[in-house]
Amino acid sequence: MNKIVFVAALGLLAACSSTPENQNAAPVDDRAVGAGAVPGGPGSTTSPAGGSSLSGSAIPPGGGSLASAQPSSGGRPSALTDPANILSKRSVYYDYDSFVIKDDYRPLIEAHGRYLRDNRNAHIVVQGNTDERGGREYNLALGNKRAESVKRALAIMGVQDQQVETVSFGKEKPRNPESNEAAWAENRRSDIVYRGE
Amino acid sequence: MKHWSPVSRFLSALAVALLLFSGAANAQLTIEIVGGGATQTPIAIVPFAGESDYPLGITGVVGADLQRSGLFRLIESGGTRAATPQDVRYADFRSRGAEAIVVGTMSPAGGGQVNVRFYLLDAVKQTQLTAFSYTVPTTQFRAVAHKIADVIYEALTGDKGVFSTRIAYIVKQGRRHMLQVADADGFNPQTIVQSDEPLMSPSWSPDGARLAYVSFENRKPIVYVQDLASGRKHTVANFRGNNSAPAWSPDGQRMVVTLTKDGNSQMYMINVDGSGERRLTQSGAIDTEANFAPDGSSILFVSDRGGTPQIYRLTLSSGAVERVTFEGSYNTSPRYAPDGKSFAFLKRDGNRFNIAVQDMASRQVQTLTQGGNDESPSFAPNGRMILYASVQGGRGILAAVSSDGRVKQRLSSAVGGDVREPAWGPLGK
Repeated sequence: MNKIVFVAALGLLAACSSTPENQNAAPVDDRAVGAGAVPGGPGSTTSPAGGSSLSGSAIPPGGGSLASAQPSSGGRPSALTDPANILSKRSVYYDYDSFVIKDDYRPLIEAHGRYLRDNRNAHIVVQGNTDERGGREYNLALGNKRAESVKRALAIMGVQDQQVETVSFGKEKPRNPESNEAAWAENRRSDIVYRGE
Repeated sequence: MKHWSPVSRFLSALAVALLLFSGAANAQLTIEIVGGGATQTPIAIVPFAGESDYPLGITGVVGADLQRSGLFRLIESGGTRAATPQDVRYADFRSRGAEAIVVGTMSPAGGGQVNVRFYLLDAVKQTQLTAFSYTVPTTQFRAVAHKIADVIYEALTGDKGVFSTRIAYIVKQGRRHMLQVADADGFNPQTIVQSDEPLMSPSWSPDGARLAYVSFENRKPIVYVQDLASGRKHTVANFRGNNSAPAWSPDGQRMVVTLTKDGNSQMYMINVDGSGERRLTQSGAIDTEANFAPDGSSILFVSDRGGTPQIYRLTLSSGAVERVTFEGSYNTSPRYAPDGKSFAFLKRDGNRFNIAVQDMASRQVQTLTQGGNDESPSFAPNGRMILYASVQGGRGILAAVSSDGRVKQRLSSAVGGDVREPAWGPLGK
């Protein structure tokens, strides 16, 4: 029975891969740090993006301010974790087998680029991920290419090389362990994680 | 000494033989055969004289091994107590259709040892093909049974038997990732490495004594080699960025690994002790998943330098690179056949990922599997079967297909979790 569901999902994929509306169905712009972990999801348990002290509640987009945001752990400036601040958005999503950063994510990349340029002591790791389809080693390389694409975009803005480390998890640490188009879209992703988070 | 001459050729391609190993508490993988070889040799295996004195038998394992290959059909031995060639009444076996007969004896050899003696007979020519004798403790019964099956397989098919070999694979249960090694029939699974972080890409050293693998236990991919006998491991590649895709050279001295220390995924030759890394490719693209030709002169690898992932060959002496796959937009995970004349790989057809083989000379491609979620092909050391990872009922399982596509096996785990990334170990010495 699962097989039937899966085949149906594959069929959906064929329909989706060229339609941008469905790409936007991925949980993209509303993903704040702290809301990112899939509870109990295999492979996601050590995802640093899920380790924030912010509970995912309460502050509606635009309704929060720096003053009302809860301080995050380690004394890090709350701009990085304030859900109302674009810096709290850490994930860049990709099309299938692509490492091209779509225009939707330019503001996010630019915001982090400015922050890193203004805070030369800040360091990030960009973690590249892929969906589950295809070979593991090629996916590991593709995840690296995604992380490197973010690093390159930041470097163009003047972020220094040693501020950005890249790593790939390939398809080994899916945020969403399901086998369907929504899960695959969620897993084709680079995450920005600040040192100390 | 090639194919056994008096074998009548009959087709039973769709014969479904179901074989489940029951009553084995320690079995973590059970093997189910679907489909059979074009030619199946009918063979009668008479229970060995004295076998019933021991709680663990031998002939049952021999028969299961041969049947699992898809190349043999077991013939009832009809209650005969024949134990030596002199006892065999050939007419009785011929009337049941047997073309080969196995008889033997088991007797105490002192000091807890048992002498196991067997004879392989040609039922048509009424001659002895081969005979062997082993003296072993009862704990080695399975090992002796696999050895006997290897001898029979080689005598009747001309190819080396692989029943005494081992396989490695990754098991994922919840957060737990395990690198396990088991006998080729799935028995005696042993956990070699265990981690809450992902493990991937197990690869046997050519002598079967060590396994290379990739572990994320330090939060990024690092290549390790572990000695199976001692359990000692050492780091082969832990450079800045990712370290992955270990591939042993045939002499076991060096490896090709994929590193991202210079930005993109590129291949490097490195000594197994981790010293002396040297970059092999200079592309701005992904170059990864090296696999050595059996003669060590070249490697197959995957690159997206042409826009889509395809398989290329790098000649190590000259540095010359040539593309070898041209069908389709996604071809990865190349693995040379042991004779170097073909390779298995992962091929995408539409949205389906299947295992295929391509002939090196003619470039002809044959798709062997239809699972749709198949990956990680690994040749048996005799080149007759390809082990791979598949998905069934939402779970990762191992499966095997003969290199002509006719015989298929499913290996499922009795303990739950996903089983993936099989690597078939080398022949024993």
